[in-house]
Amino acid sequence: MDFQHFNVKIFVEGELTVDLQRFIEVFHSWVAEQSMDEMMIDIADYRHVPAGPGVLMVGLEADYSIDHNRSRFGLRYNRKAPLEGNNQDRLRQAYQAAASACTRLEAEFAELKFSRRELEVFVNDRALAPNTEEARDQLRTEIDTFVRDQLGQADCEAQFNADPRQLLGAVVTLSNVPEADLERPLVLA
Amino acid sequence: MKASNAVWKERLRGQLPPQLAEEIDTFETEIELRSQDKADEKVFAETRLRRGVYGQRYDNGQRHDGTQSRDLPFADKVTKGPHTMWDAPGMQRIKIPYGGLNPEQLELLAELAEEYSDGIAHVTTRQDIQLHFIHIEDTPALMRRLAAVGITTREACGNSVRNVTGCPYMGVCPDEPFDATPYANALTQFLLGHPDAQNFGRKFKPSVSGCEQHACGLAQMHDLGLVARVRTLDGQEQRGFKVVVGGGLGAVPRQAKVFDEFMPPEEILPVAQAIARIFGRHGEKKMRSRARLKFLIEKMGMEEFKTAVLEERAKLPEDPRWTDFVRDIENHEEQPLKPPGELPPLNGNARLNQWIKTNLRDQRQPGYVVATIALPLGDLTADQLRALADIARQFTRGTVRTTVEQNFVLRWVSKYDVPALYQALDAAGLSEPGASNLLDIVACPGTDTCKLGISSSRGLAAELRQRLAAKGVELDQALQDLHVKISGCFNSCGQHHAADIGFYGVSRTVQGFKVPHFQVVLGGQWEENAGSYGLPIVAIPSKRIPRALDLITDYYLRERQADERFPKFVGRIGKAKIRAVLDDLTKDAPAHEDEPDFYADWGDPRQYSIGDIGKGECAGEVVTQYEFETTAAERIVFEAQIHLEEGNASQAAKDAYRAMIKSAKALVQLQYDDVTEEDPDEVIDEFKERYYDTEVFHDPYAGPKFAHYLFAAHEKAGQNYDAESAHHLIEESLLFIEAVHSCYNRIRSAGLSEAGAS
Ligand code: SF4
Repeated sequence: MDFQHFNVKIFVEGELTVDLQRFIEVFHSWVAEQSMDEMMIDIADYRHVPAGPGVLMVGLEADYSIDHNRSRFGLRYNRKAPLEGNNQDRLRQAYQAAASACTRLEAEFAELKFSRRELEVFVNDRALAPNTEEARDQLRTEIDTFVRDQLGQADCEAQFNADPRQLLGAVVTLSNVPEADLERPLVLA
Repeated sequence: MKASNAVWKERLRGQLPPQLAEEIDTFETEIELRSQDKADEKVFAETRLRRGVYGQRYDNGQRHDGTQSRDLPFADKVTKGPHTMWDAPGMQRIKIPYGGLNPEQLELLAELAEEYSDGIAHVTTRQDIQLHFIHIEDTPALMRRLAAVGITTREACGNSVRNVTGCPYMGVCPDEPFDATPYANALTQFLLGHPDAQNFGRKFKPSVSGCEQHACGLAQMHDLGLVARVRTLDGQEQRGFKVVVGGGLGAVPRQAKVFDEFMPPEEILPVAQAIARIFGRHGEKKMRSRARLKFLIEKMGMEEFKTAVLEERAKLPEDPRWTDFVRDIENHEEQPLKPPGELPPLNGNARLNQWIKTNLRDQRQPGYVVATIALPLGDLTADQLRALADIARQFTRGTVRTTVEQNFVLRWVSKYDVPALYQALDAAGLSEPGASNLLDIVACPGTDTCKLGISSSRGLAAELRQRLAAKGVELDQALQDLHVKISGCFNSCGQHHAADIGFYGVSRTVQGFKVPHFQVVLGGQWEENAGSYGLPIVAIPSKRIPRALDLITDYYLRERQADERFPKFVGRIGKAKIRAVLDDLTKDAPAHEDEPDFYADWGDPRQYSIGDIGKGECAGEVVTQYEFETTAAERIVFEAQIHLEEGNASQAAKDAYRAMIKSAKALVQLQYDDVTEEDPDEVIDEFKERYYDTEVFHDPYAGPKFAHYLFAAHEKAGQNYDAESAHHLIEESLLFIEAVHSCYNRIRSAGLSEAGAS
């Protein structure tokens, strides 16, 4: 199964204490500078929507958001344009993009930290990746491989939402992360 | 662009209503042709608008960052319309006739919001759903998925018949004489794609209302408004409609005028058709600002307009659809899922009590209520749409509608289920109290996404909501009943004219800087189907609008007479006094260096500018019926070439012939409306009589040659074609279409009349 349009959401560690208005300001400056790998177009403000997309920086090939879906804050990268390569390449790309944005935001706000232990991975395309048993098995394998080969962690637990109406995806918790790794750079070498 | 677009096409093949499938295939080809620069930019713009594919702010490739306007580095490709970058994401408007949705459709909308948009579905003030940041290449797949659940985006924008809005309480409202839903449905189906409704200079908005006194259908602000009525004749009760025409908001708002106090249902569709014809024929085409029906009625006068419509009505060829729908209509009734019940004891839950007070409404069927799901700024998430689908299945037979106040209503809830329903909504974040009151502020997209936006209507609405919610139940009941509506510019998509307190965005220069402002609009009336419109009294800086609202509402509480409603209060006190209360807010602007925030808009840290305002697409491009038909003919002959390439000579020949008939029909229709390509013999006869026998079609050099291609193709229609003969036919078809264009140009330069010759 060929997975395109990976989404990676890296959760905020603990409570989010930064006012969302400040993310709006930062995202505006990123659009003005065109400083992401993708072309950025505008900001959408959904702070009024409970458990919604929060603050969204909309791009041509991808969106970035401080997302509040399922009532958990995190930096979400939504890959919209298809990519060459295999599933691992695409998952790595989405993770790297999310991690880079997280790193920049951590530099911007001292009180902000993103989790080194927990993230969400999903595939935003029901035709290519229906939320079936078979697809979940395959995504689990991809996630295991990614966690082992890219994040350098031996184990993880992937919790899937089996509602077939939901996008194929899982909350991934890295097990037994050594204390030292909790301070590791998010971006992969 | 989604990697799965081709997968959806394959997967849904044969599963869509054939006509919708064909329309979407056609649109896909049109996208392809435009992307190769083989279709005209202006025609393509109107074509996509008529599919609901709309532009968004910044799609001209320019964005102001607060200090300067910068180019957005879109790839150098063809445009999607004048000044509209191909790759720039846009908005997809999805028509929801009278707001009616079922759970399956809600779930599909959730999928589309997630996969193609930003995870949000937005309910508009005309009961549509909008998805933003959509890529044009994804629209055919999105439309196929919609069509698979019975939704079309056809004529959602552009110069066409827009969504038929309807009171969301039709069928359950205690004040209505009968359920107008099936009539609204018949009007929708009849006008959708109707050949007589394709040649407008601007949009045409219909609405159906169950009663006169409430605002739910807003008949008075529509081009065509129907209000349900009954009369007794010879001891028999008869159903019918009061018909009003020529209403509209925008920069020049007009109340609709009565066309007929009582029209029987059998006349509704033919009269709507006749109105469309008169509007298409005589409506303004060049000056868009004067092209709505209201201006035509003003120009002709109501009496003359009515005479013209009724004369046209008398000439219409009989259509069985006019009356077919009426048969058995009186037996139409939605059914509940659960038996009626009584409200159980509520155990002092204050929020639930508040929600019941503001969000529930008794149905005329005892034991049932309609529950309103109040959406902040009309937005909800994909998860909320799915939750709503589940809730609709659990408590009702899936009877959900959108409202013009940007909410949902759930009909046929047994009173017994109210606490359980509230719990389920609460778990989904959908239990906001204050529906249809002060907190439930309506706002158009404004500068968030609209190309014409001047000030941030949504930013202001979000700010006001937050402040008012903090005051919550402490708000005096007289204030809770107020309606606040905000538009980002004078075009009035937020319906500010019909609010108790309306605002619309304007810009002013203060100390050399541009500052976002809002005009304060007072004197409007929401009740009686938006029975009167307000007028602007003063422009206030955007950041001072919350204070302005406080001052107005405090003044109202202080000075109102017992039980005096706000519109009456404004009428009695007078706008001058209210303006005086606000006067201070127009003075003493802070220096830019002291308070830069004053010079920015709500939720947007950039120094405010009006540099991002673009050319709107609300009006679409004025493209004549002739241009549409001939563009379609060109597309069909292009498809013929593809069929030939794929080895299907027979289909290629059929298409080449069809393209000829279509373009001949385009010429015939310049003189005579009632010709249809379903009857090629008639097209040929009319073409022959009007263009061949008169030699109007004869080429100055080639004479009647190209007409002979048409006649020969018609003779051979239905016969077998091999690859070679199909190839010849395609060539002849192309030459014939060219000859049609030449003929049209000759007619135009000779100044002959295009329409109404017979
Ligand atoms: S009122 Fe103006 S800003 Fe608002 S949607 Fe309409 S055109 Fe755009």
